[in-house]
Amino acid sequence: MKCVIAGGNVKVLGRAVHSLSRIGDELYLEPTESGLSFRAVNSSRSAFASFLFAPLFFQLYEPGSAGPDTELFRCKVHMKSFLGIFRSLPSLEKSVGKCLILLKPRASRLVLQLHCKYGVTKTHNLAFQECERLQAVFDTQSCASRLCAPARLLAEAVVHFPLTLAEVTLGAGPGGKISLRNYVEDEAELSKTMVTELWLAEEEFQSVAVAPGSHITFCLKEFRGLLSFAEASNLPLTIHFDEPGRPVIFTLDDTVLEVHLVLATLSDAESSSQSPSTNGVSHLPAPSDDFADDLESYMAAIETSEGCSEGPPSPTFSLHIPRPAKSKPEEEEEEEEEEEEEEEGAVPGTPPHKRFRSLFFGSVMTPGRPGPATTQEVLAEDSDGES
Amino acid sequence: MRFRAKIVDVACLSHFSRIVNTVAKLAKTCILRLTVCKLYFILSDKVANGGASLWCELSQGNFFDEFQMEGVAAEHNEIYLEFVPENLSRALKTAQSAKAVKIKLTNKHCPCLRVAVELPSLPSSSRIVTHDIPVGVIPRRMWNDFREPSVPDFDVSIYLPVLKTMKSVVERMKNLSNFIVIEANLSGEMNLKIETDLVSVTTHFKDLGNPPWASEDRCQSSAQGKDLESMAEACIDIKKLQQLLAGQQVNPTKALCNIARKRIVHFILLHEEVSLQYFIPAIA
Repeated sequence: MKCVIAGGNVKVLGRAVHSLSRIGDELYLEPTESGLSFRAVNSSRSAFASFLFAPLFFQLYEPGSAGPDTELFRCKVHMKSFLGIFRSLPSLEKSVGKCLILLKPRASRLVLQLHCKYGVTKTHNLAFQECERLQAVFDTQSCASRLCAPARLLAEAVVHFPLTLAEVTLGAGPGGKISLRNYVEDEAELSKTMVTELWLAEEEFQSVAVAPGSHITFCLKEFRGLLSFAEASNLPLTIHFDEPGRPVIFTLDDTVLEVHLVLATLSDAESSSQSPSTNGVSHLPAPSDDFADDLESYMAAIETSEGCSEGPPSPTFSLHIPRPAKSKPEEEEEEEEEEEEEEEGAVPGTPPHKRFRSLFFGSVMTPGRPGPATTQEVLAEDSDGES
Repeated sequence: MRFRAKIVDVACLSHFSRIVNTVAKLAKTCILRLTVCKLYFILSDKVANGGASLWCELSQGNFFDEFQMEGVAAEHNEIYLEFVPENLSRALKTAQSAKAVKIKLTNKHCPCLRVAVELPSLPSSSRIVTHDIPVGVIPRRMWNDFREPSVPDFDVSIYLPVLKTMKSVVERMKNLSNFIVIEANLSGEMNLKIETDLVSVTTHFKDLGNPPWASEDRCQSSAQGKDLESMAEACIDIKKLQQLLAGQQVNPTKALCNIARKRIVHFILLHEEVSLQYFIPAIA
């Protein structure tokens, strides 16, 4: 993969990286025919973002060659090292003329070259890890409610909330008014916490199509990250959401850019009452570090925790599926359809779809590669075992 | 018990929020006392926490376009509320461009001060933000705990130098010591001193002037027999002093301090109709 980004677009990429850095510690790079995609997911897998830059965004874009049975090469890098290159946006704008990104699988290097003023060239050689495709399971079409607003409106709305606030509730009130309020977890807290509520008139939005009385609660931190990108790019932001507990999807669309942010939402107190939902913001059982490389075992972990008892200690952020199947059968069907769609685009050899049912994230494995664990070459033998 | 107030004027709003910010910097929780014509922010800190206390008084007429209050009873027409000033400060911070700010005492799930901010948006509509700040209503039998502290029987009263200068001096001294000795005499001289095993630093201020307390023959009478050059000193927690100097946004037209030797330092910041008094007890 090779691409060249010119002038002002370097800053756009920089802002995208800043926004992604609010989500996760690793940045996934996925070259495709339809553009270069940058993705991130948080450690509890309750937030996912993707920025797809169309080939037109670049001065030059060569995704690389994909053979009949090989896929385009994907990789992930440390967010910190990538972010470091784009740390100071003002200086990027001032000094960088163009940016070259070169993925060299053979040399195991992702090369970023910034061509700056006065003939200065900065070359960063980043180590990367080969990885599978990172894709959240979501469908904006199936969402019952949709809001579209200039990013500035939402940015002005969130300034009223403290930076330390974890979650915010978005609701549709009477008369088409949209409200935002800080989420307070339990009643006892309510008499100690300042509750801030904001009402936005329907006219302030570009379009409002929401189910009356609907409301969702989601994390503010990641949303703020996307907002600052959207505001700087002056793009309208669309919010797709459904009932509480189903993911909310924020999208930005431009001719050369497509952005998705998917956040888990808090399920309603009533619907999640079967499970002791006391662990607050800590969403899914946090996977340990190496789990991130091993979706398979992560899924297995969820599966077991789901099936182990009647009242599993399921998290507050029950991502849209961890719901007892018996309670809502029609919905299960819906989900099945949804997932089937997802899988049509997937590669044969994908693990049976049942396994994904309790997952927000579908993982799509490459054929002939049953799991990353088995294919990883042992680079250095474990010397401890022999001594 | 009822309370409802409204600020429309932008200058009044920013002045009021500067006062609240100052209070928030000095006190985690404080008492808001409301009377028909005045508001008070009161902190009387426990001795265990250093025992600093704060008394900030403002006339409602200078800030509010509407101000209605009704106390617990006609003969005790006052309201005492305990709250976190940081909350009010935060609510006002994003209200600087507001068309109007209304403050109201409500009791929904708990007693609250509801700050409703009307922000300009489209010509046809405005954006409303409400902040419900939880408050505790102080019963009447406890009102006595929050009476105005009496001005201590001080040895020296002196005008303070430009607070910004004093702040930068104190901030540097804070890196060297936890305590500061503040001393002054009746001929307009004040010294800020720190003394540690390794270093002694003194900053001298001259020609500050001593405010006349003529009518109240406090130090005047005792001063006659006193040496004008002799210094009255008190050693105080440098953090408390630094907090006051760094946190104050009152921009006082007059700032003075009274030193009661080895007992207490009493700071008074005056700005038009606002007065802020801060008491820092001396450390033995």
